[in-house]
Order: sequence, then C-alpha cells, then structure tokens
Amino acid sequence: MKPGSIASGISRARLSLEELHQNFADLHSPFNQHEAVVAADRCYFCYDAPCIAACPTTIDIPLFIRQIQTGQPENAAQTIFDQNILGGMCARVCPTETLCEEACVRHMAEERPVEIGRLQRYATDRVMQSGVHPYIRATHTNKHIAVVGAGPAGLACAHRLALKGHDVHIMEQKPKAGGLNEYGIAAYKTVDDFAATEVDWLMQIGGIQLTTDCMMGRDVFLDDLLKDYDAVFLSIGLGGVNALPIQGESKDGSVNAVDFIARLRQIDDLTKLPIGRNVVVIGGGMTAVDAAVQAKLLGAEHVTIAYRRAREAMSASRYEQDLATSRGVRLMFNVQPVAVYGNDRVAAVEFEYMQTDDHQLRGTGETFQIEVDQVFKAIGQNLFDVPVNVAVTDGKIDVTDTGRTNVPNLWAGGDCARGGDDLTVTAVAAGRDAAEDIHAVLMVSGCS
Amino acid sequence: MADLTTEFLGITSPNPFWLASAPPTDKEYNVRRAFEAGWGGVVWKTLGADGPPVVNVNGPRYGAIHGADRRLLGLNNIELITDRPLQTNLEEIARVKSDYPDRAVVVSLMVPCEEGAWKDILPRVAETGADGIELNFGCPHGMSERGMGSAVGQVPDYIEMVTRWCKTHYDRPVIVKLTPNITDIRYPARAARNGGADAVSLINTISSITSVNLDTFSPEPSIDGKGSHGGYCGPAVKPIAMNMVAEIARDPETLGLPISGIGGITTWRDAAEFMSLGCGTVQVCTAAMTYGFKIIDELTTGLNRWMDDKEFKETSDFVGRAVGNVTDWQYLNLNYIAKARIDQEKCIQCGRCYAVCEDTSHQAISISQDRKFEVIDEECVACNLCVEVCPVERCITMAPLPIGAIDRRTGTKVSDRYLNWTMHENNPLTKVAE
Ligand SMILES: Cc1cc2nc3c(=O)[nH]c(=O)nc-3n(C[C@H](O)[C@H](O)[C@H](O)COP(=O)(O)OP(=O)(O)OC[C@H]3O[C@@H](n4cnc5c(N)ncnc54)[C@H](O)[C@@H]3O)c2cc1C
Ligand SMILES: Cc1cc2nc3c(=O)[nH]c(=O)nc-3n(C[C@H](O)[C@H](O)[C@H](O)COP(=O)(O)O)c2cc1C
Ligand code: SF4
Repeated sequence: MKPGSIASGISRARLSLEELHQNFADLHSPFNQHEAVVAADRCYFCYDAPCIAACPTTIDIPLFIRQIQTGQPENAAQTIFDQNILGGMCARVCPTETLCEEACVRHMAEERPVEIGRLQRYATDRVMQSGVHPYIRATHTNKHIAVVGAGPAGLACAHRLALKGHDVHIMEQKPKAGGLNEYGIAAYKTVDDFAATEVDWLMQIGGIQLTTDCMMGRDVFLDDLLKDYDAVFLSIGLGGVNALPIQGESKDGSVNAVDFIARLRQIDDLTKLPIGRNVVVIGGGMTAVDAAVQAKLLGAEHVTIAYRRAREAMSASRYEQDLATSRGVRLMFNVQPVAVYGNDRVAAVEFEYMQTDDHQLRGTGETFQIEVDQVFKAIGQNLFDVPVNVAVTDGKIDVTDTGRTNVPNLWAGGDCARGGDDLTVTAVAAGRDAAEDIHAVLMVSGCS
Repeated sequence: MADLTTEFLGITSPNPFWLASAPPTDKEYNVRRAFEAGWGGVVWKTLGADGPPVVNVNGPRYGAIHGADRRLLGLNNIELITDRPLQTNLEEIARVKSDYPDRAVVVSLMVPCEEGAWKDILPRVAETGADGIELNFGCPHGMSERGMGSAVGQVPDYIEMVTRWCKTHYDRPVIVKLTPNITDIRYPARAARNGGADAVSLINTISSITSVNLDTFSPEPSIDGKGSHGGYCGPAVKPIAMNMVAEIARDPETLGLPISGIGGITTWRDAAEFMSLGCGTVQVCTAAMTYGFKIIDELTTGLNRWMDDKEFKETSDFVGRAVGNVTDWQYLNLNYIAKARIDQEKCIQCGRCYAVCEDTSHQAISISQDRKFEVIDEECVACNLCVEVCPVERCITMAPLPIGAIDRRTGTKVSDRYLNWTMHENNPLTKVAE
C-alpha cells in the first residue's frame, strides 16, 4: 500500500500524477474504424426502431449506424446533429443503459445491445475533430432572443435559433459556458476538455453572442430582457443544493458533492486536490455515484455511498452502481444519516437503519457510526432564485410541451423546468423544441 | 466412428477433402505441409507446356467481398497457371507422391489445343507416379485469351477432342475441370463424357469484377490504374456451383459420371451438401487460402460426427442422396401449402419481417401497438422472405397446412392430390384429362 492512500485526514497527492492520469482516463475508449464497423454490423436496422423512441432527442439511430457501416461517418454525424447538436457530449454521458441501448432488440435477445453510444461518439468525433461545422444559418430574421444559462438546454436552444437566422444572446453567470457539462459531469466521461471544445464547435454556427460572468438577478433582470428581446429562454438548471437537515452537517469536511466535483473539473493538477482517507457520500443519484467514484480515483482508501432507500429506488442506474462498486466504492442501502460528529471537523457520521413500508420511509431505531474525514452531500439540487412572476410547481418551472411558461414571450427548459429527466439529453431536447416553438411564434406574429 | 476413406476413380485417399489446383498446391513445400495437416489429396497447381513459364502480374492479384467483421465471402483472382518451370514441378510431384503414397496426387494440366502438346507432356506426368490428371478447361482470365482454359471449356467439341487425346496418351484417370462461365453446364459435361473422361470436377472460377475504386475509377485489384476481370470463388459461389453439380448429376446423359465438387466449400457442412448432390470428393481452395491448412481438422471431425449421427458408415452411403430430390420447377407440388409462423417467445421485435413483407411482399404481417408481429394467414403466400430476414434462428418457421385444412388465403381445402404445373388448369399446355 502506498503511503499516500493511508495518510490520515484530508490530504492531497494520495496518488502520483501518473496514477491520477490513468484513473481519470476515458471511461470507454473511442472506437477505431474497424471496431466501429464491426459494432455497426450488429444493428438490425429495425422497423420503426425502438431505440429511436427511447432517445429523448429521437435520433434516427438505425440510419446513422448504417451510414457508419457504409463508410460515411460524416453523414452519420449529420443524422445525429440534426436532432441533437450536443450529440458528442450525449454519446459520452447519456445513461444509454436506460435509454436507447435498453430498447435495443439485441438487449432483449442476448443482453448485449448494439453499442449505440460509442458509435455515436465515433461519428460525432470524426466531424468535430475535423473542425467542420456542418450547418449554415438561414437568412437573417432580425429577431433577437435572450438565453439565460449556457448549459445543454441553453446551448441547444441557441444553436437551433441561430440556425433559423435569429440573433441570440446567451448570458451565463459562470466564467465558462457549458453548464454541468463543464462543471458537473464526471471527469472520466468527458476527457481532454471536451465540454469547452464542444461549445467552441457549436458556436461556429455564428449569430450567437455569449456573455459570461453575467448573472440574471444581479447583472441583468428578467423584466428588462423581456422588454429588450423578442423572446427569452430560461435554462438556468438547478443552482441550489438541498440541505441535509441534521445536526453537525456544516462542520468542516462536510461539503456539497456538486461543489467538490466542480472544483475537480476545473483544477489543472489533480495532485493539488485534497481528498479524505475515509469518505462518505450521502445520496443515491448520479451525483452521489460520480462524487464517490472520483473520490476513490483520487486515492481515498474507503468510500461509502449511503442511501436511505433500497437499491431499486436508487436513481443511479444499475450500470452506474456497478461502475461504483467496480472502482471499490461500498454501497449501503436503507441507511439515513442522523448526526455528524466531530469537534470542529467531521469525524464520524451516525446512521439509522431504515424501512420502507407502503412507500413510507421510517427509522428502525437501530443506529451505527462510520468514521469519516470527509462527507459529500448529494441529496439533490433545487431551483434557485426564479423571478416571482414565473409559475413554479414542485420546484420546477411550469412549461408546456414546447417550453412555454405562464409569462408571455418566456420559454424555459432543461433541469429548471418540468418535463425533463434531469439528463443532458433531455435538456438538449427541451432547448431544441423550445427554439422551434419560439421560431414558429416569432415568424407568425412578426412582433419585433 | 465413420470411415472417411474415399475411393474415387480407383484413387484412394484417407478422406474426401482434396485441395483444389491453386496456390495451396503450387509447390512441394505447400503440399507436404497440407499432407502433414491431414488433407486427403491435392490437385497440383496447373502445369503448362515446357518452355519459358508464364508470368504473373507483379501487382495485386486478389480482390474480395467482405461480410460483417471483414469475413471474406468472395475472392477474385487474376493469377495464371504455375509460373515455375515444368521440370521443377514434375520432380516435386514425384517426390511428394512417393513420400505420401496413401494420398491422392492429381496433376492439373493446361497446354495448347494441339495433340502434339498433350502427347509431349502426358508421358512426363505419368512418370511422376501421380494418380491422375485434371484438365484445366476453366481458367477464365489470361490463359483463355491464348486459346486455353475456359476458351476450350466453352466449346464442347474442343473438350471432347482434348479429352480423347488424353485418354489415348495417358493410362490413368482423366478428370475434366469445367468452367462455370457458360450458359448450360450440361453440354461441356456431356462432351467430357463423350471424350472418355473418367470424371468431371467443377466449378472453376466465375468471371468477375469485385469492386471499383471510386477515387481512381479502376476495377480492383488494380494494376497501374487498370483492372481485368478475374475469377470469383469462395463462399459466395457455393450456390452456383451446387446447382451446376446437380444439373450434371441428374442429367440422363451423364448419369453416373463421377464428380469432384468444387466451389466455396468452407465447412464440413458445405462438403456434405456437395457430396449429397453426387460428388465423390470435394476440393477446397479459398477456405484454405483464408484460414490456412488447419481447417482440415474441422472438416474431417465435422463430417465424421455428422455421419455417425446419421449412421453412415462410409461416404458412399450418402453420396448422391439428394440428387433424386432435385427436380424442375414444373414438377413441384402446387398443393403443398404452408404459412409463416412466428414464435412469440423467440421474437425480439426488430420488425424486419414486417418491413419486408409490407414493403416488398404480401402485406401478410401485422404490427400491434406493443410491437407484436403476427402473420395474417389470409395474405401469407409462404414466400419465406420473413424467415430469411429474421435475425433469430428458427423464430419464424414455415408450417405446412395439414391435408383437409382450409387455406385462409384462397378459402380452399388443402388437397392430398399431387398437383404440378403440367397438370394445372391455368397452364395453356395442360391437356384436358380424357
Ligand atoms: C454531478 C452531476 C453528474 C451528472 N452526470 C450526468 C450524466 O452522466 N449524464 C447525464 O445525462 N446527465 C448528468 N447529469 C445531469 C445533467 O448534467 C443535467 O441534466 C444537465 O446539465 C441540465 O442541463 P441544463 O442546461 O438544464 O442545466 P445546467 O447544465 O445546470 O446549466 C445551467 C446553466 O445556467 C447557469 N445559470 C444558472 N442560473 C443563472 C443565472 N441566474 N444567470 C445566468 N446563468 C445562470 C448555470 O451557471 C449553468 O451554466 C449530472 C448532473 C450532475 C450534477
Ligand atoms: C488464386 C487462385 C488461383 C487458381 N489457380 C487455378 C489453377 O491454376 N488451376 C485450376 O484448375 N484452378 C485454379 N483456381 C480455381 C480453384 O481451383 C477452384 O476451382 C476455385 O477457386 C473454386 O473453389 P473455392 O471456392 O474453394 O476457392 C484458382 C483459384 C484461385 C483463388
Ligand atoms: S412468408 Fe412471405 S408472405 Fe408470408 S408472412 Fe412471410 S414474408 Fe409475408
């Protein structure tokens, strides 16, 4: 055992730079041409293929796979981008095991679906690496649209609007565009600064002005935007973090998982990122898994995900769970934290065993403690600071199928609005569909 | 354990698997290794007349068609006959035959269409101790332009004439190798028999262009920007070869003429099929050129197990078994009525059967909201297209309707009467029964 991994407390450089590079390398290596053709050959070109319906952006999957098979990944990429301009990112981060690949008939036949995600990456990489942006804007419409938030929803909306000839102004509070693609997604899913590369590639369409470090509610205000632009699209994601309502949760060493991940994603040198020897992650979603896996990859000795319900209720897919356990993360189910102990820093977490009867979660009274140096809270994000006149239900902005809110000329989509699944791909679909609707409305009404 | 020992024209070999005349049999080194690997016999790469040997192109000589995962499905070549001196080949043949007396060694020949040329070479071949000769009347490129190969094989009179010369000047078995590049294979086979051939072997390669380079617009394989038609072989040609074998096997004029089957034989199963159509031995070229000599182990063990399962003691027990079942379309029973059946347990709901039946066949498959695919008996003509495109083996099958059942498509009862086209009322030539 390396001295690094058993150094007590929270410590940096538990692993060498080389080990860290290895650990944070591409989760799935890209296909080479032969691998892609072999994988493409497995597609049956199904009638009314179930995978298409299972893709939130309804990419014509059998068509793009056939285009790869016949030696034209460029056409395949076009098929993908027509539906999903962030097809490159989605190919890397979509939980395909619960989307297209789950619907693949070969999954039913032999539990080995066609590797749609990796094929999608093969095609999109080919085009993006060539630097070509395969779209030309329509004639200028002289319409101006404001997009608030440069995550997947905002970017997809902006691109589609620009394509139609509109002028788009994206306002983003952070120093970089990309939203959670840039600050949230696990590092090993989007290596080599792919998120930023993708944004640059997408912006080549032209007609999109991006202002970073520009926060709605501080630097600009919705009322003004509605006055100054023909339409506004809100794609502000979920900026808030759910609080853990237990004693001691704010002690040193207890942090929000999303903040830990954002820091990890932005740091240049991973040996500079400190991590605990004993880490506990509280939660059961993708964020919990990503925080736990990356803690482990940084060299933490013991990492435990503690989830208050049973395995089946966990929102991270079985594939994600297995990824965690394969990296040495321990999964605990039916345990809920009741208190965090320690003098000024966290030292232990006390958990209670839980039972779920009739969907009602209740404690059993039996408790135990885990020694910790670091606690990551990953019990969900929430909508942060929406202007009061925008209608919200259950913590999400009310929208129609095409993203219209209760406020005239205001659309919303992505994680901040109802109807998605809190996934990159559903955010893209929402942005794209809202853009189509905005276009339809603006071109009919002719309002300016 | 079945006995694979094969006797063909009095030539015995430990198994019916011979290597066809081609690069695998081009020289002593290869043939020794083939025999060590277990091949039953070889037909030596075609020899030409004495004198300066032919020259091959110095660029690529092969082109190919690939299936999934670059599995080679069809191979095309523009190679000529042996480009090594005659004397060298003859010496090697003699050495190999004397070291492997239990294996079949047949020598393939192609010399100009003059009796003198054959009279010169045949005694020298006989001296080697080889078991027989095969006349290469098949090569479709290069040699044919010099009046040999398929140029002879396409003219039945020449076949008969040359075969007769060989029978006159050589006393061991003469096999005539036929070219498929002809309209009706029965004519050259009949000519061979009339000339006294002991057997025919088929097929040689089929004239082909495998691909065109879309950058240079040259056919492949490309020699300095130009391509020539080559000879096609490998798995893709098997159906063509088997039909030609069957045509000869059931032709009354060549009935009983021994056949050595060639063309796309890759597995024991292919071999068994050729043999059931009347081939006493089979010859393999492309499969060996794709996978090496070692496939012989699969060929022999595979054929052996199948024969044991079927309780065949020796190959002659099943050679020709299928010949009687090959007939002309007009004699097929039109009262045999089947319907497609989809096994819902096996169905993976790809919907390919639906797409093809709906778009290109008889609109006889329905799709439900939840992607259940069912056959509409009222429409199904039992064409078998759905069976062939279904990716799951035995998921869709063709079930014959029992005698007396109603065919829902026509509303008629399935009759037990055999009814073929020659008897059918729609046939203008059908004589009204008296
Ligand atoms: C840790 C983590 C891992 C994830 N992993 C995956 C995964 O593997 N696969 C997957 O499909 N999904 C994953 N997701 C979910 C996915 O990232 C989101 O669903 C997706 O990013 C939502 O896109 P969005 O555009 O709606 O919001 P975001 O990506 O959150 O973008 C919103 C943007 O708006 C900006 N913004 C917010 N408020 C303001 C304001 N007032 N003014 C200006 N700008 C503002 C934000 O800074 C941000 O850039 C993950 C999420 C997290 C947190
Ligand atoms: C490269 C190559 C060279 C060949 N040369 C000869 C030849 O010299 N004489 C001959 O009779 N047949 C020749 N053939 C034809 C083969 O013997 C055989 O008839 C044909 O390839 C079909 O069998 P297959 O499908 O097993 O390859 C050649 C075939 C190939 C591929
Ligand atoms: S056998 Fe032919 S007609 Fe019948 S269901 Fe199948 S494809 Fe359709």
